[in-house]
Amino acid sequence: MGLKRGALTVALGTLALAAVPPLSAAFGQPFYLDLFTRILIFAIAALSLDLILGYGGMVSFGHAAYLGIGAYSVGILSHYGITDGPLHFAVAVAASTLAALAIGAVSLRTSGVYFIMITLAFSQMIYFLGVSLNVYGGDDGMNIPAHSEFGSVLDLDNASALYYVVLAILLLFFFAGRRLVASRFGMVIRGVKSNGRRMHAIGFPTFRYRLAAFVISGAMCGVAGALLANLTLFVSPSIMHWTRSGEVMMMVILGGMGSLFGPVLGSVAYLVLEQLLSGFTSHWQAILGPILVLVVLFAKRGIFGIFAGAEEAGRG
Amino acid sequence: MQPLLVLEQGLNGVQFGVMLFLMAAGLTLVFGIMNLINLAHGSLYMIGAYVCAYVFQASGSFLLGIGSALAAAILVGIVIEVVVFRALYTREHLDQVLATFGLILFFDEMVRIIWGPTALYASIPGFLSGQVEILPGAPFPSYRLAIIVVGLLLALLLYLLVAKTRLGMLIRAGAANRVIVGALGVNVTLLYTFVFALGAALAAFSGLMAGPIFTVESGMGENVLILAFVVIVIGGIGSIRGAFVASLLVGIVDTMGRAFLRPLLATVMAPAAADNAGPALASMLIYILMATVLFFRPQGLFPSRVR
Repeated sequence: MGLKRGALTVALGTLALAAVPPLSAAFGQPFYLDLFTRILIFAIAALSLDLILGYGGMVSFGHAAYLGIGAYSVGILSHYGITDGPLHFAVAVAASTLAALAIGAVSLRTSGVYFIMITLAFSQMIYFLGVSLNVYGGDDGMNIPAHSEFGSVLDLDNASALYYVVLAILLLFFFAGRRLVASRFGMVIRGVKSNGRRMHAIGFPTFRYRLAAFVISGAMCGVAGALLANLTLFVSPSIMHWTRSGEVMMMVILGGMGSLFGPVLGSVAYLVLEQLLSGFTSHWQAILGPILVLVVLFAKRGIFGIFAGAEEAGRG
Repeated sequence: MQPLLVLEQGLNGVQFGVMLFLMAAGLTLVFGIMNLINLAHGSLYMIGAYVCAYVFQASGSFLLGIGSALAAAILVGIVIEVVVFRALYTREHLDQVLATFGLILFFDEMVRIIWGPTALYASIPGFLSGQVEILPGAPFPSYRLAIIVVGLLLALLLYLLVAKTRLGMLIRAGAANRVIVGALGVNVTLLYTFVFALGAALAAFSGLMAGPIFTVESGMGENVLILAFVVIVIGGIGSIRGAFVASLLVGIVDTMGRAFLRPLLATVMAPAAADNAGPALASMLIYILMATVLFFRPQGLFPSRVR
């Protein structure tokens, strides 16, 4: 029953999202296409975080770092006149994988609140690295002259094409993530979340499992970063500011963690709320802040929890 | 490299270190006793800096500025403790991080609403605006020297409070086992509020001293907050002694790195390359230090015996 309802929600959600480009064209509002491309890109980032946060219990407060590394991969390659799309994304994945491997290898030696602080500190380190790289614009960032090129197959200059690419990648990661969570690997990760010591005692190399999950999550987030660079055609250290990590984490919680579908809802809710509030007053953060506090205090299960009913949300 | 310059930068490092310690001490106390991770600690630092700079400018009295800054931060600290944190003590760290993240957004914006989006100018009080000759031929700003002295004094007071007084005994007991302390008849709720107010006052003091050195602007608290996290991680969570040692270490390494890494690199590589690599490496230095410490001692330099 719960599963059917979930599958139906996913199908309807996909249809609704697929309808965004024709609708925004019909109403002559390209702004909404841009907004929803952004939303879906952050949904990818939030989904990647949910994979380790919701299922692995790893509270990474530094996911903006991989977003930034993915975006800078595209930016730096373009800076040297390399516009090849597959190469852009390959480098984005490779760079964020390496960074996640290094950061994870140190951070995962610790747990609990240490882990939160350390992941935050490392993302801040990468942020300051971006600020100090004057060759690539330093604090001001740099413009990217053109979108990643995929030959005649695909033209990312077309905003709708970019949107559908983002949507396709989101769906790919969503279903891949689901399979991953349900696999033996996913079972181990979830087992470590509920009792790491016991899993270790049974004989699982828990550190390696957690590190693998951490790296997969970082790589996914790196892809989101490369897409973000293609959307804005601009990279600056502000992409990896620590508040961005907080926002992505907020999306996961707002939507409902440990569901993979929740982060998508959360990203929609967060960015639409931000859009509405900022249209209402320039001091929208003074309203958003207390809303977040209230959500944390009173609506722990997030939007997905309300949507899918108690049984499904309770499973994570 | 001139030895006098090294001495001067070393003192700058110590000055930065004691400011970090005032932040880190509050954070580590609150974490050690209430098991709460408070991101909004940086907001109290910011409030201290803003109120002091504003009142000092308006009234001309630095002492009044300090007094109002401490009062404002303690008041705000108590309000958020009662309204928000009491509901968070028993929650997971994830919830605490997110709720206090919401508080940061709120306070950063409130500061912009009250004092405007541009930075506030904080002046150095007249009697501290000169320079002191610490060694013949080595002048050092008296304001920075005053920060070192005041910071070390506060650190000593904090040590005496925690180690020698009855209240400090309760604080230590609360960190060891809050349930038992409550069962013995101590008002734990009040104790928590007091510890929180103490942390708020220390953060505000750090902030008001930082005002004339850094920029007084919205979001100023977060940079120093993350550095304070680095300090706590290196020192060992819950350990004030660890926070003290790690603060000085981080302060000195960071300041020295920024001052000398570029010239040092220039002696081994091309000047242009050093101009790029120097600042980049300097900005990463303390995080590399943190990673190194963690690699050998995952619980920090002075792991708290309690946890």
